[in-house]
Amino acid sequence: MSKPKIVITGMGWVTPLGHDLETVWAGLLSGQSGVDRTTHFDAATFPTTFSAEVKDYDWRTFVADPTLHEGIGLNTSFALGAAAQAWKQAGLADYPTLDPARLGLYLGAGEGSLDFDNYAKSNLAGWDAEARAIDGKAWSATATAVMDATREIEQEPNMPLAHLALEFNAQGPAYNCLTACAASTQAIGEAAHVLQRGDADVMLTGGCHTMIHPLGVTGFNRLTALSNRNDDPTTASRPFSHDRDGFVMGEGAGIIVLETEEHAKARGATILAEVAGYGSTADAYRITDIHPDGRGGAGAMQQALDNAGLKPADVDWIAAHGTSTKENDSIETRAIKAVFQQGDDVASVPPVSSIKSMMGHLIAAAGVVQAIAAVLAIRDGKLPPTANLTTPSPELDLDYIPGTARDLSSDSGRGGVHVCLSNSFGFGGQNDTLVLRRA
Amino acid sequence: MSRRVYLTGVGPVSGLGLGIQSNWDGLCAGNSAVTPVRAFDASTIGSPVAAEAPEDFKVRNFVPKTYRKATKVMARDIELAVAAADLAARDAGLVTKGTDPDGEPSYAPDRVGCHIGAGLIAADLDELTAALSASADDGPESFDIHHWGREGMNHLTPLWLLKYLPNMLACHVTIIHDTQGPSNTITCGEASGGLSIGESMRVIQRGQADLCFCGGAESKINPMAFLRQVMTGRFVNDADAADPATAVRPFDQSAVGGALGEGGGIVTLECADSYEQRGGDAEKVYAEVLGFGASQTVHRQTKNRTPDAEGRGIVNAVRAALREAGLEPGAVDFVVPFGLGHPDWDGPEAAALRTLFGDRLACVPVLAPKANVGNLGAGSGGFDLCVAAQALKEQKLPAVTNRPTPLPGLGATTAEKLDVALVFATGLGGQNTAIVLQRANA
Repeated sequence: MSKPKIVITGMGWVTPLGHDLETVWAGLLSGQSGVDRTTHFDAATFPTTFSAEVKDYDWRTFVADPTLHEGIGLNTSFALGAAAQAWKQAGLADYPTLDPARLGLYLGAGEGSLDFDNYAKSNLAGWDAEARAIDGKAWSATATAVMDATREIEQEPNMPLAHLALEFNAQGPAYNCLTACAASTQAIGEAAHVLQRGDADVMLTGGCHTMIHPLGVTGFNRLTALSNRNDDPTTASRPFSHDRDGFVMGEGAGIIVLETEEHAKARGATILAEVAGYGSTADAYRITDIHPDGRGGAGAMQQALDNAGLKPADVDWIAAHGTSTKENDSIETRAIKAVFQQGDDVASVPPVSSIKSMMGHLIAAAGVVQAIAAVLAIRDGKLPPTANLTTPSPELDLDYIPGTARDLSSDSGRGGVHVCLSNSFGFGGQNDTLVLRRA
Repeated sequence: MSRRVYLTGVGPVSGLGLGIQSNWDGLCAGNSAVTPVRAFDASTIGSPVAAEAPEDFKVRNFVPKTYRKATKVMARDIELAVAAADLAARDAGLVTKGTDPDGEPSYAPDRVGCHIGAGLIAADLDELTAALSASADDGPESFDIHHWGREGMNHLTPLWLLKYLPNMLACHVTIIHDTQGPSNTITCGEASGGLSIGESMRVIQRGQADLCFCGGAESKINPMAFLRQVMTGRFVNDADAADPATAVRPFDQSAVGGALGEGGGIVTLECADSYEQRGGDAEKVYAEVLGFGASQTVHRQTKNRTPDAEGRGIVNAVRAALREAGLEPGAVDFVVPFGLGHPDWDGPEAAALRTLFGDRLACVPVLAPKANVGNLGAGSGGFDLCVAAQALKEQKLPAVTNRPTPLPGLGATTAEKLDVALVFATGLGGQNTAIVLQRANA
């Protein structure tokens, strides 16, 4: 059965390490940290006082007509910048014959941030302390006065989609999926299927998110999922290290342009890599925990390899979900071994690293930035490290590329990086894996 | 060669009831579930009415005993989805870990997928504000974020966040029914349900699952979620809602706005061959899903907050679905469109229908269950599909409600035959979906 090959022809990202492909990539290869004190709100007394924020970013410099997008949330603003880079790299600005009805969108975008101050004010104004309940009339009186309609509507999770459609005149199939931390990996995989069925000629896909706002951080702090290493933020994200104590919240976006190889070649586009395989499973285990064997994660990896027609030994790098939580990193290691390890030979497992050690966890956008890193790894033959992996543990015995990037470009073996696998596992047990291959 | 996809079970949940029978009876009688809001005092929020789920709804009745504890971490949206999935599985005669924990499941878990549309879930304000108030000793303006960070937030249960992640609708359903195949959560406003159903159809067609749960559910009966919708200007105001039961009048010349509802619909889609292999009764199949289409509206004047006047995006989605079905518009016997009941939405939909059907539109019944159950948001696409499927199965159309003076061409109430249904949706943000159903054994 021959399916059309799906290729990547453009990429862009807006991340805590910068707003263009090469700056961020250089940062990742040099082990740079995008983590610092949180500035989006006053987190001074929160259990976690730091995060990886996007810095010095102005979305207006990326769009044709800012008036179309006034009032957007941070999430959408990141997506517009990332998409503009991808659009440019793919040469779509110079391709006027693209039929708008054949340009589709599949994002894994997160919801926008609450207008926390006015929200808290309205709730407190409506609070009936005796009844321990909200009084609707009192709440409405304040809320209708202080809430801004645009700001409220822009929180809907399909608003990044609506704004990319406006910016690029995309009228083809349009989806937003929000499978927590797995969302943008899933979006890319499903976007590839949209193209394979012939429902579009070009897809813009990826994701965007920020949860760096008071209730976002509150939620993850209450789950004790975040690192509390307030004395040393830049080394707080330490995936696969024995002393890891949780993830570091990041924010940003990544957008890639997908099309069939045939379409890309016909219009003379430069092909960056192929989306060769995709797998999606559900743990169906517990809301609060990952299946201890990594059943769903292993299933997604195996499905993605099968879908690509590749064997475990073909993979040169695994871009791990690697959140730096106790649970994820142990179970992901177990799942990787279940799929990749030949007998007792740990060395049969390809190198694994987590870019979350440097840019934090971009939540819904985490998968697409891994995918972009994988394409750049294939281009340059270099693998980004896992930063801050200072304390190995006997249980976590894979090659996590600790500390320093690995240069395989002059490797005497097969030379360079050919195939990468990228994992994303969502809270609640939705698991997705992509296989990226050199074109 | 695509595999054929059957719709084998329906689980609608709305103000009219839980499950197909009560909903169908209510729709056929032309009943409206729209009433003054019960859950909170909405008299001054800008739109005082809604269609809330029945007062006796309890999610505990829809989960196995062993799962009752987990219902504590379910927002209302999740509860509605869990109920709808249980109803659909039972309606389809499926044995799952949820319907019969000790039984032999109808399908291997890794052959079952789950795609559920969800909205932006709002936090329960009583619970959240009880916590916030501990950090505001001197009134609404005195919230002290330092106190909150230090100790106030500890008033929230540790699992608080997990109640509100949109993917939790699907996650609870996957756990309850032990579905380990592909799973997704679509969050595209009112197009979420249709898109989720489309994703399930594709997964079955490409052989990655034999059975999928799909559809959606949502509740915006929460002051914040409610106000956010009222601010879109699409819902009836106090004066228009004086008689709640007739307030929502989709495709009527007197339409002034919609009403919010809560609920949704989840259906089971099965590969036709797998259905036969599990011994499914051909007589019980509701319909075959023949085609699906999706598109995006680009309407710069309103920044995609409403469809363009001609409903071009809607037409594109419908044409894509009909193309896959191998049918012309002339083959469609009745339509269940979005039908919000606001001129800015009904007008473009009516224009799209005229483009698609021409003069024949006058003979094509166009249903609008939002007159009865309100706008179910991410739940509406699944609910509408349940209605269309039941109409094909029963060979009967429900009543057209609250349309005394129809827009031109939108007056048909009966059809010559009921073999092919077209269900479409659009939504705030501009995503459009269309699904073509054909009566089983037609």
